[in-house]
Amino acid sequence: MSVGRRVTSDDQLARLLQIGIVLEEVVEARAHHHAESLDADLDDEVAELLADAAEESADHRARLEALIDDLGVESVPFDEIESLVEARYGRTRPEDFDGVLYDQLCNEETAYKFYDDLITAIEASDAEFTLDRDRLLDTLRSIREEEAEGVREVTEVMERR
Amino acid sequence: MNTADQYLKTIYVIQRATDGPASTGAIADALDVSPASANEMIGKLEERGLADHEKYKGVRLSDDGIVRAREALQTYCIIERFLANVLGVEAFREEARELEAVIDGTVAERLDTIIDRRPECPDCFDPEADACACLELAVEPAE
Repeated sequence: MSVGRRVTSDDQLARLLQIGIVLEEVVEARAHHHAESLDADLDDEVAELLADAAEESADHRARLEALIDDLGVESVPFDEIESLVEARYGRTRPEDFDGVLYDQLCNEETAYKFYDDLITAIEASDAEFTLDRDRLLDTLRSIREEEAEGVREVTEVMERR
Repeated sequence: MNTADQYLKTIYVIQRATDGPASTGAIADALDVSPASANEMIGKLEERGLADHEKYKGVRLSDDGIVRAREALQTYCIIERFLANVLGVEAFREEARELEAVIDGTVAERLDTIIDRRPECPDCFDPEADACACLELAVEPAE
């Protein structure tokens, strides 16, 4: 058991990056699902917010996949994950979510927390990864900043309502 | 999951399996830490009102400690089930133990939305198997 937050190997790092990819896929799927199921009821501001969130998640996923490629570890079998997530949200009715904006806020906050913990765990480790450490941390910090920005954006929209 | 939660989860599992207080030695063994480290954390848990330590007998969780321990065990079950059933990881127990310190409960809740977990979780956790007793492993590994 690992007591204390440290990332100590390429394999462990790769697995955490894979989890990040799945989280991004969940965000994208939820945003799509909200946009489709609530199409007629969505105003332009929320529709744009969801479209941006989905686009940003796809971009984050690509950046995480590039990091995993550099580790020389096979990435998540993305098609299978995508089908699984879609199947799951295909069964979810709009009323199962606690409101589109609130759900989106949870998405952004959860992603922020994930990247923040991951960065802390990498910083706490003196392990040498196959991947360039500076590039790894720069990428993750930049994604974390975008998640923080996402939290701010959703909060602002919520406050205006 | 932070270090305190990892201790609470471990104490809870031992306490439930033995139907009595968890000894410091058993806690240290389960977490692969020294008895001195375990003692130090047990003292902190006691200060926070999460556990009671009785000399020569062992540690018992308070009601608040049990609530937090069950949340931590649930997070652990989610991580195991996610690794086994979504990513098709064969060594899901070992990996879950490595990853639990880095995966927060809020993150696990999001992963939970794409797995099928029984309502009785985490009561179905089997300490002998170090996994949920209802975990189906028939899914083809995705790798």
